[in-house]
Formats: sequence, C-alpha cells, structure tokens
Amino acid sequence: MSTTTITHDEEHHDHPTGIMRWLTTTNHKDIGTMYLTFSLIMFLVGGAMVLGIRAELFQPGLQLMKPEFYNQLIGVHALIMIFSALMPAATGFANWMIPLQIGAPDMALPRLNNWGFWLLPPSAILLTLPFTLALFGIGDGAIATGWTFYPPLSVQGGIGVDFAIFAVHLLGISSVMGSINIIVTLFNMRAPGMTLMKMPMFAWGWLITAFLLVATIPVLAGAVTMLLTDRHFGTHFFSAAGGGDPIMFQHLFWFFGHPEVYILLLPVWGFIPQILQTFSRKPMYGYKAQVYSLWAIGALSVVVWAHHFFTAGMPVPALLYFMYSTMAISLPLAVLFFCWIKTMWRGSMTFETPMLFAVGWIILFGIGGLTGLVLADVAADAQYHNSYFVVAHFHYTLFAGGIMGIMAGVYYWLPKMTGHMYNEKLGKVHFWLTAIAFNMTFIPQFFLGLAGMPRRIPDYAIQFTEFNEISTIAAFALGFSQLLFVYNIVMCVKGGKKATDKVWEGAVGLEWTLSSPPPYHSFTEQPTVN
Amino acid sequence: MSVESNEAEIASSKLKLANKKLGLKMLWFVAGAIAFSIALVPFYNLMCSITGLNGKTDNSASSIAKAKVDNTRLVTVEFVGSVMSGLGWNFYPKQSSITLHPGQIATVLFEAKNITSQELAGQAVPSVTPGEGAVNLKKIECFCFQKQTLKGGEVKEMPLRFFIDPALPPEVKVMTLSYSFFPAVEEKK
Repeated sequence: MSTTTITHDEEHHDHPTGIMRWLTTTNHKDIGTMYLTFSLIMFLVGGAMVLGIRAELFQPGLQLMKPEFYNQLIGVHALIMIFSALMPAATGFANWMIPLQIGAPDMALPRLNNWGFWLLPPSAILLTLPFTLALFGIGDGAIATGWTFYPPLSVQGGIGVDFAIFAVHLLGISSVMGSINIIVTLFNMRAPGMTLMKMPMFAWGWLITAFLLVATIPVLAGAVTMLLTDRHFGTHFFSAAGGGDPIMFQHLFWFFGHPEVYILLLPVWGFIPQILQTFSRKPMYGYKAQVYSLWAIGALSVVVWAHHFFTAGMPVPALLYFMYSTMAISLPLAVLFFCWIKTMWRGSMTFETPMLFAVGWIILFGIGGLTGLVLADVAADAQYHNSYFVVAHFHYTLFAGGIMGIMAGVYYWLPKMTGHMYNEKLGKVHFWLTAIAFNMTFIPQFFLGLAGMPRRIPDYAIQFTEFNEISTIAAFALGFSQLLFVYNIVMCVKGGKKATDKVWEGAVGLEWTLSSPPPYHSFTEQPTVN
Repeated sequence: MSVESNEAEIASSKLKLANKKLGLKMLWFVAGAIAFSIALVPFYNLMCSITGLNGKTDNSASSIAKAKVDNTRLVTVEFVGSVMSGLGWNFYPKQSSITLHPGQIATVLFEAKNITSQELAGQAVPSVTPGEGAVNLKKIECFCFQKQTLKGGEVKEMPLRFFIDPALPPEVKVMTLSYSFFPAVEEKK
C-alpha cells in the first residue's frame, strides 16, 4: 500500500491554486482541460469570422467589407479552425484520455506537456493581432493568402504573413512536442498486460497521428521558413526571377497538408468506434482490420499530396500516379466504414447524444469522403478545382468528420471528466440543429461549385444568389446552435446529476473503472490487463 | 513497507529515465524530418531538370554540333512573351510560331521596349508546355541567359537561337515556349 501513501503526500504539498495552478500544472487532466477550453474558445472565434464571410456572401456585390478584409477572414478562419480548434481538441482528448485508457498515472513527459500547451495562446495572438494592429494604422491586416500561403502572393503580402509564419512555427513546435509526449507515453507507460494490439482504438489513432505530425510538421515549418527568408533575406526559393519556383511551395506545403487532413481525422476515427461499441453494447468489429487500415491510411497519406494542385500543370504520368494513389486511400477507408457499421449491426442500440453524433458523423463523413473521390479524378477536377465544390467537400470532412466527431467525444467523455451528466435533451436538440443547419449550409455549395462559383472571392454572379442566401441563413443557424453546446458544457461543469463511474451501460475500457471525475492522480494502483 | 516503497521509487525513476531517452530519440526523428524538408529543395530541382516536370528548360548554351536533322516529322513551336508586374516593359515575340524539323536550327526574335523613362533591368524566365518536351528544347543563344538592361524608352530586339533535340517524344507535336520578364533581382544585398 506504499504507493497510495506516496501519492497521498503529493496531493498535499506543491499544489498551487488559482492562475498558478494552470500556468505551472504538469497534470495531464489539467492540461487536457486547458487544451479543450482553448479549442472551444478558438472554435467560437473562427466561427465568428466565418459568419462575417457568409454575411458578405448573402448577396452579390460588396456590402459589408473590402475584398482585402474578406481574404484575411478566409485565411485566418482556416488557420484558426485547423490549428487552434481541431488540433488542440484532439490533443486535449489525448491528454485526458490516453493515460486513463492505458492505465498510466500521467503522461510520460509532463513538463514538455505544459510547455506544449502554453505555446498555443501566443500563437493565437500572433494570428489575430494584425487585425487589431491594422485598426491603429500598423500594417494592412492579417494574412490574406488563404491558409495555404501560396507564393507569389505570400511573398508580396504585408506583415500579416510574417505574423502567420511565426504563429505556424509556434503551433508546429507545440504539436511536435505533444506528439513526442504521446508516442513516449504509448510506448513506455502502458499497464502490464496491455500489448500494442490490445490498446484502445483511440490510442492507435493518436499513435499514427503523432508519427505523421513528427514527420510532416517540420516540412511545413521548413517551407514557411523559406517563405520568410524569401520575404526578408533575399533568397529566391519561390521566386521565378531568381531561379526559384512557386510551384515548389505547393509541393512542400501539401506534402505536409495532405497528411494534416488525416492528422485531424485519425484521432476521431479512434474514439468513434469506441462510442459505437458502447451504445451498440457489443464488441468492436474488426479491431485488427481497423488498426491495419489506420496504418495503411497513415502511410498512403504522405505519398498523394499533388492531387491538391492537379491544375498547376504536371506530366500525365504524374497526374495518373497521384490520382490512383489518392483513390487507393478509399480502400482502407472503406474497410473502416464497414467495421463501424458492422459494430452497430444487430447491437442493442440506444441513441444518447454521443451516439447520435457518431451515427450522423458516419453518414456525413461518408459524403465528405465520396466527394473527395470525385475531386481526385483528374478529368473531373479540372472543373471542380478552386470552386465551391471543394469548399463543401472539405467542410464535410473537417466540420462533419472532424468537429462533429469531436462533439461526439465531448458528450461521451464529459460526464467522466466533470462527474456530472450533461443535459441530454439539450444535447439532442444541439445535434439535430447542427446536423440540419450543417447540411443546409453546405449542400447548396456543392451545386454552386458545380455551376462554377469560385472560392475565395467576395463577390459572385447573380445566378448564384438564392443558393448563397440559403447557405448564409443556415450558416448563421449553425453558428448560433453552437451556443447550446457551450451552455450545455458550462452547466455540466458547474453541476448536474451525478455521473456513475461507468457512466454508460455498455462502456468498455480502463477509463470507466475510475471514479467520475477521476482522482487528481489517476491509477494510484496500476491496473493490469489480461 | 520501506523496501516496497523503495522498489516503487526505483521503478518510477527508471521509467522516467526511459521516457527521457525515448523522448530524445524522437527529437532525432524530428531533426531528420527538418533535414528532409531542406533536402526536398535540391531534390525538387533535380527532379525537374531530369523530367522537365515544371517546364523548366536547360538554361545554358548547348553546342550545335551533334544533332542530326530528323526530316521525318515536323514540330510546331509557339512563342509567348509576358511581363510580370513591377517591370515597365512591353515584350512580345515577333513571330507567334514556327514549324521545323527536330535538329534544325532556328532563330526567332523577341522585341522588348522600356516604356518608362528610367533604366530597368529584367530577367526572362522560360517555361515550356508540355513539360515532357522541356528538356528537348536546346538553346544555342538566348537573351534569357543573363539579365537584360534597357534605358528609358529603349527598344531592343532579342534573338533566340535554338533547336529541338530529335530525342523529343513522338507524341509531342506542338510545344509552347513562354518567356516571362521579371524585374531583375538585385545581386546579393
């Protein structure tokens, strides 16, 4: 019983309170909470920006803002949603749940963990500060190139580009540190008896994500650093006049950018099967097949990047290679879809909020995946490239596939994290509002894209008006529905019905063996897995 | 009790050490990824010069001697001239296209005019479509080999002497050679 005495002592000394608790904490749950809170705040900030974009697109012509400002909103919306909302949410879950799921007392490198989080707020400030500076006449606002930083525009752009480059540096360092921490935790800290092939699916999803991050974030960091030296130190990596090549940036960027898509999604593919299994009350189908598929997707994701710029000009053999390799990803993904559906098959299913989100997620993410196959077709892509079809497609994968998946996770684990049940009725209302408003926002955009409306332009031809109006109204409904989500979370943190340790009837896994909320130091006695 | 707690402490400090070790090993992984990202630049340029992936032509003078004229087929070469923003020039090819046998040497003229009153230096950057043919376009003499300087209002004819390597893939029948004049880059600040 000596282990309990030791931890008991620790709980009494060096336990700062107030702001210092959060600044100096090395506790995985505190850090996880900070990640998730930061993510939620930035989700609202990024959402507010996109409402500005949709408001401008409500009618053709320019009503609310100058095109320059519109372009800034678009770029910063994307950077915030990807790097400050989705990625921190996944990392937050990793911090909270991976130690609990694998029976570890904490993350392997707690100080690194703290540092990893505290790099995020400065990076968010760097991203948004140019907006404020422009109000005082300094610079001409935030980055206006879109999130892709394509030169030559990004070489010519104002100080917003520099701010964004440094923000990406910080974000990159933060996520590489987070990834190293997760890899080390998963390799060294598993409970006795838990072999790699007994790890929960969420841990598998994150292990592959972490390797992808470590391998590709440095490439992004390298590319934006070259951009920085092109801008200020007289190099010509991307300037054709100096012997460089702007297309090279696209290769470097998407070498990171395509794996990034899977970085955002793999953690979700990890915990969705766990949610499905919980509410279907039967074991996960095809655990091994899912693990191998995750690996296959992770490996393929780094060799398909050029499908993002088919129209930039490429020899036909290269076009064919990138088309076929991209389409090949749909095979392991189809295996995953099959396993998810088969997990539910003939289960005794109930539809609590997490399950609603998970099932809705399968359908909507499926649409995102299938429209991606259309875009991967070189011949079709010539029409769809840079159109609203692309916008609709990646919002189906990243809003439905990413954020709605994360929401499923939030509702699933919130009772475990807070010790209280959330308001089930409000959760269901939130799901239905989100799902309906989401589809109403983005289905019209598929048709707008097919009809030829280009993305990233604040104005459009009048024949696109009606669909844009529908899309804008629905986008506002979607945005304001999220306030329900925030309200539900806040009320759940403050109080509510006590949650049991197991929370869900069919819950499986070590995290449900602890009390709700778990003690500050989890697993004072190491569990063993048979 | 104390023996047990000692053992637990030893185990936990061992684990800490192992974590640190693996963490540092992962840093090597990151360092490798950074090195890889830098190595991608020369690798990309190498790939382009081998395959003509980005339509870049060999920007040094080729010797005339060896090429034999392939009289069995004709290739049409179209010319495009453009000026990038920041350079106050007009620039266009004096003939829009030429049809010739591979191996045959041709000379075409481009005309540039400085429409400002200041002296301006420009650098022409070539690009060939389709990229498969880029490596087969051999230049003997070209205004693009070095930067060109025009005084205010000056008009200059710029010659290009080139031939098509007979090794050109047979499916390429029409090629477009585009020159874009960029403001010349200042040498080393």
